[in-house]
Amino acid sequence: MSVLSDADRKLTRIRVPFIIGQVVVLIGLLVAGLGPLLWLLKAAISPTQDSIRSPLAWFPSGEVQWGNLATAWQQGHIGYYLGNTAMIAAGTAVASLIVCTTAGYVLSVLRPKWGAVLSGAILATLFVPHIVSLVPLYLTVLKVPVVHANLTNTFWAVWLPPAASAFNVLIVKRFFDSIPREYFEAARIDGAGSIRVFTSLVLPLSRPILGVVVLLSIISSWKDYLWPLLVLTNPDLQPVSVALPKIAKVTELNIQLAGLFLALLIPVLLFLVFQRAFLRGVGLSGGIKA
Amino acid sequence: MLFALPVLLVFLVFSWGPIVKGLVMSVQQTNLIDPVKWVGLENFRYVLSDPAVGQASLNTLWFTLLALLFGFPVPVLLAMFLSELRGRSWFYSMLAYLPVITPPVVAILLWRFFYDPSPSGMFNTILGHVGLGPYLWLDSPSSAMPSIVLEATWAGAGNAVIIYLAALTSVRPDLYEAAELDGAGVVRRVWHVMLPHLRSVLLLMLLLQVIGTMQLFTEPLLFTGGGPQGSTMTILLLIYNYAFVNGDYGAATALSVLLALALAVLSAVFQLATRGWSTE
Repeated sequence: MSVLSDADRKLTRIRVPFIIGQVVVLIGLLVAGLGPLLWLLKAAISPTQDSIRSPLAWFPSGEVQWGNLATAWQQGHIGYYLGNTAMIAAGTAVASLIVCTTAGYVLSVLRPKWGAVLSGAILATLFVPHIVSLVPLYLTVLKVPVVHANLTNTFWAVWLPPAASAFNVLIVKRFFDSIPREYFEAARIDGAGSIRVFTSLVLPLSRPILGVVVLLSIISSWKDYLWPLLVLTNPDLQPVSVALPKIAKVTELNIQLAGLFLALLIPVLLFLVFQRAFLRGVGLSGGIKA
Repeated sequence: MLFALPVLLVFLVFSWGPIVKGLVMSVQQTNLIDPVKWVGLENFRYVLSDPAVGQASLNTLWFTLLALLFGFPVPVLLAMFLSELRGRSWFYSMLAYLPVITPPVVAILLWRFFYDPSPSGMFNTILGHVGLGPYLWLDSPSSAMPSIVLEATWAGAGNAVIIYLAALTSVRPDLYEAAELDGAGVVRRVWHVMLPHLRSVLLLMLLLQVIGTMQLFTEPLLFTGGGPQGSTMTILLLIYNYAFVNGDYGAATALSVLLALALAVLSAVFQLATRGWSTE
C-alpha cells in the first residue's frame, strides 16, 4: 500500500531523503500538535511574568505554582463549567444515539414504503448549509412550534438540535445494512417482535459504530461555542467554552492559562484513550462525503 | 411506526422546520414584538445596499483564498508522506489530529496570547531569533486576516490528513508494484497511481473546504471582533450582528439565504466543471 517499494527503500538515493523527511515531519508535528499542549501545561503552573517576559523558557522560573490549577478550578469555577460541558456532551450523545439508531433501524431493517421519502428528506439536509437555519433555529428554540415551550436556558436547547444529524443517521444506517439479513429472519422465526430484534440483536451487534457516534457527538458538543452562547444566557448553565472568554477578561494570565489547560485536558485524554475509534470515525466521514 | 417517531420529531422541529422558516423569514419583517409583516424582497434590497456586506464578502473571499493556499496542499502532502510510513503512521496521525481535538475557544485564546504584538510575545520572540519582526499580527488591518488563516489551518489540517490517509490506504498495492515493474520511478508512481486515486476525494475536500471557510465565524468573533477597521468582518459575523446585536432577523435571514445561494451556485458550477475529470 505504498509508493516506495522495499527495493526503493534500500537505495541510498531514496533512503537518506526519506529519513530526513521523517525527522522533519516528526519535529514539525511534535511542535504543532504537542507543542501548544506542553507549553500550556508549563504556563499553567508558572507565574504570570514568566509567560509574558520569556514565553519560550522551558521551565517555570523559581517555584512551580501548582496552586494555579486549583485556583482556576475553584475561584475561576472551571470545575463547575466543565461539569456543565460534561452534562451537555452526555445529553447530546444520548439524544443523538436515540435518533440515529431508531432512524437507522427504520430505514435499514423495517423498510416501510415511505422509507425512501424519509431517507431523501434526511439526506437533503446534508446539502443545506447550516447558516440558513441558524437564526430560525434560535427562534424555534425560543418558542417551539405547537407546544410553545421556551427551551432557552434549559439543556434541551443544546441536547436536541445536534440530534438532527443526517451524517449520524447515514453512518448508522450503513452499518445496519451490513448486518446479514438472515439474522433478522431467524429472530423473527423465533418469535421476536421488531422491538426485541432492535434491542437484543441490532444494538448489541452495532456497538463499534455506536461508539463512533458517541465519541464524535461528545467532541463536537465539547467544541461548540456559538450555539450555547446564544441559547444558554444563564451563567449557571454555560459550558466551559462560553465561560472561558469571559473568565479571560477578568482573571490574571496564569490563572487564565491554567483554566485553558484544564478545559483542554479532558478532550485530549478522551482522544488518547479512544484514538482508534476516533480516527476510524473521521475516515468514515471522508468515505461518506466521497 | 414507533421507531420513526424520534427522527421525525427531531428533524421536523430542528432541521426541516428551521430551513423552511429561514426561507420564509427572509421575506418578512420580524422583531418578535410587532406582528409579522410581509415585505417581499425588501430585506434583500436592504442587505445588498449595506456597504458592510460588500466589505464582509471581500473579507470572506480573501480568507477563503488564503485558507486554500495554505490549508489545502499541506494536508495532502502530509497524508501522502504518512502513508509511506507503514506501521508508524498512527503516531504521526495522532499528533496531527491533536489540534482538531482542541476546543476552538481554547485554541483561539491560546493563539491570541501567542500573537501578542509586543517584542516579547511568543511568535515575535521566535521570529526575533532569526532577525524578523516584531509584527503586529492581529492588531494591524493587513496582517489580522492572515493571522486568523494561520490558526484556522493549524486547527483544521489534521482532519483532512486523516480523510486523505483513509483514501490512500484503499489504493491496491499491486498497482504500485505493476507500475514499478513497468519501470516507473517514484515521482511517476505518485503522479500516475497515487494522485489519480485521490482525485475524487481531493475535489470533494476542496469544495467542502471552500464551503466551510465561507462560514468563518468563531475565529474573527473571539480574535478580533471583526476589527481592526473591519478587516476581519466576515459574512457570518455580520449575520450574527444583524440578528443578535441589532435584532433585525429579516435582514439576517436574507443574508443567510444569499450566502447559501452563493454556495449552492458555487457547488453546482464546481460539479459541472469537474465532472469530466472526477471519474476514473
